[in-house]
Amino acid sequence: MEKSLEPIVKVLQEKFGATFEEFRGEVQCMVKPEHIIEALTILRDAHHFELLSMLSAIDYFPQTSPRFHVIYQLNSLEKNLTLQLRVPVEGESPKLPTSTGVFKTGLWREREIFDMFGIEFEGHPDPRRILNPDELEGHPLRRDFPLGYEEPQFSFNYEEIDLGKPYAKE
Amino acid sequence: MTQLQPANVEQYKHLISERALTGETMLLNMGPQHPSTHGVLRLVLELDGEIVVNCIPDIGFLHTGIEKNMEAKTFQKAEVMTDRLDYMNTMGNNLAYVMAVEKLIDLDVPPRAQALRVILVELQRIASHLVLLGTWGLDLAAMSMFLYCFREREQILDIFELVSGQRMMTTYIRPGGVWRDVPVEFEKAVRDFIKIFPKRIDEYEKLLTKNPLFVDRMVGIGHLSKEMALSYGVTGSNLRASGVNWDLRKARPYMGYEQYDFDVPVLTEGDTYARYLVRIEEFRQSLRIIEQALDKLPMGPVRSDNRKFVPPPRSEIGVSMEALIHHFKLWTEGFHAPNASIYSAVESPRGELGVLIAGDGGPKPRRVHMRTPSFDNLAVVPELVKGHLVADLVAILASIDIVLGDIDR
Repeated sequence: MEKSLEPIVKVLQEKFGATFEEFRGEVQCMVKPEHIIEALTILRDAHHFELLSMLSAIDYFPQTSPRFHVIYQLNSLEKNLTLQLRVPVEGESPKLPTSTGVFKTGLWREREIFDMFGIEFEGHPDPRRILNPDELEGHPLRRDFPLGYEEPQFSFNYEEIDLGKPYAKE
Repeated sequence: MTQLQPANVEQYKHLISERALTGETMLLNMGPQHPSTHGVLRLVLELDGEIVVNCIPDIGFLHTGIEKNMEAKTFQKAEVMTDRLDYMNTMGNNLAYVMAVEKLIDLDVPPRAQALRVILVELQRIASHLVLLGTWGLDLAAMSMFLYCFREREQILDIFELVSGQRMMTTYIRPGGVWRDVPVEFEKAVRDFIKIFPKRIDEYEKLLTKNPLFVDRMVGIGHLSKEMALSYGVTGSNLRASGVNWDLRKARPYMGYEQYDFDVPVLTEGDTYARYLVRIEEFRQSLRIIEQALDKLPMGPVRSDNRKFVPPPRSEIGVSMEALIHHFKLWTEGFHAPNASIYSAVESPRGELGVLIAGDGGPKPRRVHMRTPSFDNLAVVPELVKGHLVADLVAILASIDIVLGDIDR
């Protein structure tokens, strides 16, 4: 870990009981869902992390607790530092507080996470789907959402697949 | 089959003003088939006369599920999907993805491959800015600009065809290096371009920079403040035109960018004209990088010889049993990556192109997220166009440099 990042990680550890991991020189801090907004505000105001460059999520299905990680990649331009905050969230329809009050990046990126993973952001000013049509059922980037290949029709399953075909029947 | 619902006011109720509901202002649909939306972007505009009151972008028309598709492919095979993201920056997308994979599996790249990557990515940056400049001129009624820009872009695409066999979907940069060494004609082709291009930049500047028709439509239009840009996550030339000196090539050098001497143009005005000037200067700086990289292009291998991750060359397969096994294993099963995730970012022509990639211990990624710069750059447009004319919206949209393939993924 870079020297100048150590005091910042320490603050997160003391204040929010955050744990951190390091992989290939990258620091990933685990923060609890109830602390994330406060953590982002402190990092922005007191430690010059003024650019939230990436906001995304990873689905760890079939693992259920936590099933998702919501990831905030913060950058400090002044000190040239980068820090990743990870919020583990559980369950089928998880909820998180919105970060739009701290960084406007969330306005679209949180809509994308909701669209793709079904993680709701409470208090988001415009909670609609963004990339997929509104009529779509399910959330495509979840690991249990099928990719959508067509099943090949053989003689042994001809009837079965034929039943599901959309063409007009007698 | 579910039927697509026609757009109704109900859907946008919380985004438009009261006056739209009473009929005092008008809701107008712009796009998705509109030449100056640079792709398939739909904008719902609330207009008071010709003044934009609110702008609601509607994206997703080009959504092809690239991130989901990549999860079903091995790390090597998923790379071809990255070409299709931002089709103006294929080499840059390859580089961003490949660098993330290399970081995940801890693979080194030989110096010659690094220098070649830099040359090609900088050529791609010029090509991308050329398309931007051409369409920008077209949007503001400078028709001849488009033809001039595409003439030079053609020269760059010819170089890409020379090295990779493809003009656009190159997939030339591979994990561990590049696909194969460049042909002997490569150096001459790039030198020719370096020789001719500075004169062309002057030509563009003569056409546009002081042209009153062009300047009047850009100075003071679409002011983006430093604070707003950072809050929205705007990066790249747009951020640098707002007075923030932030370029990943300088701040966190990768692929040996620290060896090259170049400047990062920064302007403080933050308007549409500043965004234009920054890009013109970036042409010159990219040329400087290409020239230096070509001058000290080292000799040596262009692919790592770590056979656990990089397939052996064809010549080895006939004589070495081990090479044949590696070839077979790598192209059927693929290599395994650790169960961890990393984030790595490069400076694309549009801004920070980041890749979040998570392995699950197997040969396929658990998750690939492409942090595409156009997405965040477009998010700020509704703020920029408020209070401007519809015609100014076209100029602002052009200056933000969006590529819809990059946004919708």
